[in-house]
Amino acid sequence: MWFRNKTPRAIRNPKTSASLGEGLFLKCEGCRETLYVKELERNLRVCPKCEFHFRLPADDRLRLLFDGEKYQTLFGDIRSGDPLKFRDTKKYRDRLKEYEVRTGRPDAVVAARGTVEGTPAVVTVLDYAFMGGSMGSAVGEVLTRSAELALAERIPLVIVTASGGARMQEGILSLMQMGKVSAAIARLGKQGLPYVAILTDPTTGGVTASFAMQGDVTLAEPKALVGFAGPRVIEQTIRQTLPEGFQRSEFLVDHGFVDLVVQRSEMKKTLGTILKLLHP
Amino acid sequence: MTELEGYPDSPAKSRDLARFQEKLLKVSKEIYKGLTPWQKTLVARHPARPFCLDYVRVLLHDFVEWRGDRAFADDPSIVAGFGFFGDRPVAVVGHQKGRDTKEKIRRNFGMPRPEGYRKALRVMKLAEKFRRPVLSFIDTPGAYPGLDSEERGVSEAIARNLYEMSRLAVPIVATVTGEGGSGGALGIGIADVVLMLEHSVYSVISPEGCAAILWKDQSRAKEAAEAMKVTAADCKALGVIDSVIPEPPGGAHADPFVAIEAVGREIAAHLGRLSALPVEKLLDGRYEKFRRMGVWDGAAAAR
Repeated sequence: MWFRNKTPRAIRNPKTSASLGEGLFLKCEGCRETLYVKELERNLRVCPKCEFHFRLPADDRLRLLFDGEKYQTLFGDIRSGDPLKFRDTKKYRDRLKEYEVRTGRPDAVVAARGTVEGTPAVVTVLDYAFMGGSMGSAVGEVLTRSAELALAERIPLVIVTASGGARMQEGILSLMQMGKVSAAIARLGKQGLPYVAILTDPTTGGVTASFAMQGDVTLAEPKALVGFAGPRVIEQTIRQTLPEGFQRSEFLVDHGFVDLVVQRSEMKKTLGTILKLLHP
Repeated sequence: MTELEGYPDSPAKSRDLARFQEKLLKVSKEIYKGLTPWQKTLVARHPARPFCLDYVRVLLHDFVEWRGDRAFADDPSIVAGFGFFGDRPVAVVGHQKGRDTKEKIRRNFGMPRPEGYRKALRVMKLAEKFRRPVLSFIDTPGAYPGLDSEERGVSEAIARNLYEMSRLAVPIVATVTGEGGSGGALGIGIADVVLMLEHSVYSVISPEGCAAILWKDQSRAKEAAEAMKVTAADCKALGVIDSVIPEPPGGAHADPFVAIEAVGREIAAHLGRLSALPVEKLLDGRYEKFRRMGVWDGAAAAR
């Protein structure tokens, strides 16, 4: 029928893919305006009309935060094993391979060292494009090493979250990563080194219930979904629709769980100031 | 057997009864030996299974329950307090479910809100202050996924407990007695020693939840339980827990006292050893315990 498939791919689902799609234009999810993709990319994937923040790929995030867009990536060879020999509709092992081809990295995380507004720091970013940024053994290991490296070099740690939570395909070992990373962050704190959490859309489940909520300072991008249970699960539990803005960054600021909502274009500057306020 | 018991006493009756009883024991032993992961999940959720306060009643004396998080409310789905374990004063934190409908609702089916985790932390901090070891009893479907729970920061409450428990300067022994449901379980589950009862389960998400996400079909929970390796034996093999405590034939609910005493003996053994360690050694051991968890390649790159 003529009205089916009317919208090109990129317009239908721009948020879930790392790239904004093949189309030249897409529709903003915030204001429904038609946007020119090139222009959106130039604007850090923030809608120039309504400031809706589209998801930013992990590598763009590192370029955005580090001085001169320069940094050294770390622990890039760590990949999840398949401890459960897990298989759902597909083998977990095959799924990992597919995502590696699609994203060019072995798991849902990238760690890097560089300077942010002059302050040396380890910045570790979860990659939502890789299995929804879910945390299994590899993500847990890279985050733990990031904290341990920051401790060894006595520099601040920054983690940028974007994750559906712990990864089911690694079962209980995924849950334990929450404990492992938390313990490493606690060690960092004990030694008086700052940890700043930057929450981006979406951050839920075991990631929220561990390092996302352990920052000495917690920043969030505008309107990012941040919560423990997903909105659908809550609606099923309480059998009511959720209020407008529930579990968004601004809601978390109002309820005392986030310090500051920061526009993407301001993030580097704000982070730089905070690091200087805390360290050395 | 019930019918037989109604007959007048006779040597033949007691002989038959003893024979039947023996047979029953043998059959339930066999059945419980071969439970599938999903069947174990159901046993772990059995309403007659001993709950935290049952362990407290049997293993502790002079227990005083402490209430409230000093910030918002008291959450009855987590109990916390101090008591004597033998002659040793200890702190206890644990999930608490209810047996009848009224109690189930009051305890919110063992699903804590943030106040529960904050109360547990408050009592654990007291334990640290007064140098008392902590016994944690884990039995929850998960933290409560409700609007109020989110508003008051259930993820922050759990996150803080993980952070604080990893550095709490007294021994912690955690026992999964029933359902180890995800972050809601881990929120009181960072410990020097983690034990599991034979038919308890510990998982990252409920089998129903996993099936709903992976196959869009909750009824495939059986397969999910299988795939996620939720049993005590699996958790032991994966290096997540320290030991599996055998349950009496027919499960802990068939003979609660035997089950509770077995847990008590295991806790006592570990507590003795842990209490002798200097604090720094204790904390390094706890760090390394969780540090090792996970299976990944790229091992060549040394830490």
